[in-house]
Formats: sequence, structure tokens, C-alpha cells
Amino acid sequence: MKNSIAFAFRRSIPIMVGFFPVGIAYGILMANAGYNFVWSGLTSLIVFAGSLQMLMITFFQSDMSMLTVIVTALLLNSRHIFYGLSFIEKFNGYGKWKWFLIYGLPDESYSLLCAYKQTEGVDEKWVHIFSTAFIWLYWIVFSTLGGIVGSHIPFDTTGIDFALTALFVVILIEQIKGAASKLPALIAVCSSVVCIAVLGADSFLLPSLIITVIILLLLRGKLETKEAGQ
Amino acid sequence: MSIDVGRSILIIVLCAACTFAERYFPFAVFGKREVPDTVRYLGKILPMAVIATLVVYCLRGTDIGSMSSLVPAASAVIVTALLHLWKSNTLISVAGGTAVYMVLVQAVFK
Repeated sequence: MKNSIAFAFRRSIPIMVGFFPVGIAYGILMANAGYNFVWSGLTSLIVFAGSLQMLMITFFQSDMSMLTVIVTALLLNSRHIFYGLSFIEKFNGYGKWKWFLIYGLPDESYSLLCAYKQTEGVDEKWVHIFSTAFIWLYWIVFSTLGGIVGSHIPFDTTGIDFALTALFVVILIEQIKGAASKLPALIAVCSSVVCIAVLGADSFLLPSLIITVIILLLLRGKLETKEAGQ
Repeated sequence: MSIDVGRSILIIVLCAACTFAERYFPFAVFGKREVPDTVRYLGKILPMAVIATLVVYCLRGTDIGSMSSLVPAASAVIVTALLHLWKSNTLISVAGGTAVYMVLVQAVFK
């Protein structure tokens, strides 16, 4: 178990680095909107979804209906519907911890789950549980901190949020290395680029994921033969 | 600034519920019975596609017509990828790519 905690911590460091500016920025934005560190900390604890929480600041400040809030929240986070698909059997074998892992499944936890490879001396279940717990903790601590320190950060953190992009690039490389076919990544990138060109950068995500899933389903015969042949 | 406490709490609770509902959705639909082959296939093949989509999502703000936006993002992605192909160490790749990006946006393409 100790090994699993240390292993989970090491894997979570890139996310800690990436969450630092984002969490701080979130806390500052909340404070500017009149919501102090208690609000930003508690919202991170309860909602645990970065991009939605940023958008929620505009919900707070508007007089939009609760129905609009629900629809917008569902649309923004709709990519999460696809995340659990890869872990149904795995999580079902984890007893009550399943609920915690489902609750704590933002992009960053998902990426670590996808990147997991069987490792000597650690228990996969506890690695996932502790990775999720670390990520959750970073998010809560940094958003609280942002609400407290406001804009008094002593150095220029502009661009540090690239850490999350870099982490996704690294995980993508790992995924491609271990796969029989690079086609799923190629399809996803092409679909994303076309959707950005047609729909714009702010609303491409869900349509692009749906198109990718449809193409992957159409190519199932071909891709499964490749997997089997590996 | 005055805030509407009741309304704010309602928004937080609703957003948390919506988020959890979506994360739980595949388990609610496929959790109890044998997972269908199609879903198992998607579960296996989707991570690479979704992570690739997330990379594009992270870079969506990059303006390919502007050097000061394109060069830092493209250089940092290339450095991250090369470091990773060379050393295969996640921390080195992420730290190296991020450092390149920060220097470029802070000092070179101000």
C-alpha cells in the first residue's frame, strides 16, 4: 500500500504543476466575483470539474434560469459520458471505492487511468484511488489558496498552464506506442480540426467526439482485426 | 459585492449533480449486465482518441495565423514530444515543454 501511495503521488506531480496556475486563477476569479476562498474551496470539493467551475462564475453573476444552468452544465461536461466506458468492469470490481472513482473522474484522472501500465509491487486499485485523491486535493487546495492570496503571486506564472497540455501530449505518445493502430488518434485529430473549422473553437468538443465514435464504430471490423493480429 | 447565497448554493448543487450524473452514466447503463461487445470495443479504442481530442482541446486557443501564438505552442508541443521519445520520463517531458512555453510567451513573444 505504501508503494502504491508513493507511486500514485509520483504520477500525479505533472497534474499538480498544471493545476497550480489554473486553481489559483479560479480562486482569484471567484474572489473578484465576490466569492471568497470558502466558496472556491467548497465548490472545488463538491463539483470537481475545472472548466465547468470557471463557467459557473458567469452563472453566479447572471440571472439565467436553473434550466439553462443544467443544460449548459450537461453540455459542457458531456465528454465525461465517454470516460467511464473504458473502466466499467475495472471499477465494478473495486467495491464501494467505485463511487469515489466515478465521482473523481475529470480529464486529469481519466488521463492517468488511461496511462496506467501494470507495475511490479503496487496494487492497481489503490494507485487509482490515491491518484484521484491527490488530484482532488490539489484542486481544492489551489482554488482555496487562489481565493486567499488573490493576485499576490511573487513570480510570473504566465504559460505554466501548458503543463496540462504537455501531460496530455505525453500520455498520447504512450498510448500510440502501445497500440496496434494509430488510426484512432489520427481520426480524432482530423475530426477535431474539421469541427473547429466549421463550428469554432468553443463548441467543437462534443460534436467532434460523437463523429469520432461513429467513425470508430464504422471501422470496427478493421481495427479489431489489427488488435487481434498484434 | 453582494452575492445571492441561496441561488449560488443551488447552482453549485445542480452543477455537481449534472457532473456526477454524466460520469455515472455508462455505469448506470452497462454496469449491471454483461458489457456488450460494442461497448467493450469502444472502451478499448476510445482512450487514445479522447486523449488526442483533449490535446487539440488544450490548444484550441492557438491562433495559427499569428506567430506569437503559434510558435510558442508548436515549439512546446514538439519539445515535449521529442523529450518523451528520447527519455520516456513524464516529469522531464512535461517540465521541459512547459519551461519552453513559459520562456517563449513571457520573454520572446511578449
